[in-house]
Amino acid sequence: MSRRPYIRELSRTGWWLKQPRYVRYMAREMTALFIGLYVLILMAGLFALSKGEAAYAEFLESADGLVGLTFAVITMIFAIYHTFTWFQVTPKAMPLVIGGKRVPGAIIVGAHWAGFAVVSVALWLLAGGQT
Amino acid sequence: MNQSNKPIVWGLFAAGGTVSAFLVPALILVTCLAVPLGLLPADTLSYQHLIDLLQHVISKLITFGVLFLIIWHAAHRMRITAHDLGIRNDTVVMLICYGVAAAGSLLMLLALLKI
Repeated sequence: MSRRPYIRELSRTGWWLKQPRYVRYMAREMTALFIGLYVLILMAGLFALSKGEAAYAEFLESADGLVGLTFAVITMIFAIYHTFTWFQVTPKAMPLVIGGKRVPGAIIVGAHWAGFAVVSVALWLLAGGQT
Repeated sequence: MNQSNKPIVWGLFAAGGTVSAFLVPALILVTCLAVPLGLLPADTLSYQHLIDLLQHVISKLITFGVLFLIIWHAAHRMRITAHDLGIRNDTVVMLICYGVAAAGSLLMLLALLKI
């Protein structure tokens, strides 16, 4: 009369390494960590700005350099991945029906990317960039 | 019937995720990469330039609104992800995530009011 209970071998912290789709899920969720840290740095920059020119110069200096640039590049990759995954679910999150017909998902996703392009170019021009 | 705070939490999360998706890549380009790469003028992020930009009430409101929504989205997502990473003490996780977001937002509010 021996029962051998089934013990699920699943690591609480490392389960997401088992399958590529779990890794993609974790990468999607981790975009928040990089975006969050980036926004905290922007907030710190605003705070330095409000304290005066010397404090702001100090902030710029500490944010500069190879570490800052590496962080920026990694965050950029995660940010674009967030944009991609966020737009990818829009047809499911906000299904659109026009004239009794369901709008195809590709059109909804495409419209979001078009909006992304417009917003990005607008911000670029606002910052004084050339197209 | 009990009132749930879920719609507010979810609404802010969705708004923040949308704002992040549309704005953050271009924001990183402008604030971190374009000047070192020589794509934007060197004085783009200069003290005087940013102070002038943030004199207007509208630019303060937009700055606060955008960064508040993004940090809220990130904080909420990290709270949920902590659970997936095996950190099961949600009360502590919640206090840290929302606490950092709230502290950052408050600091930003004070800064913008002073500028």
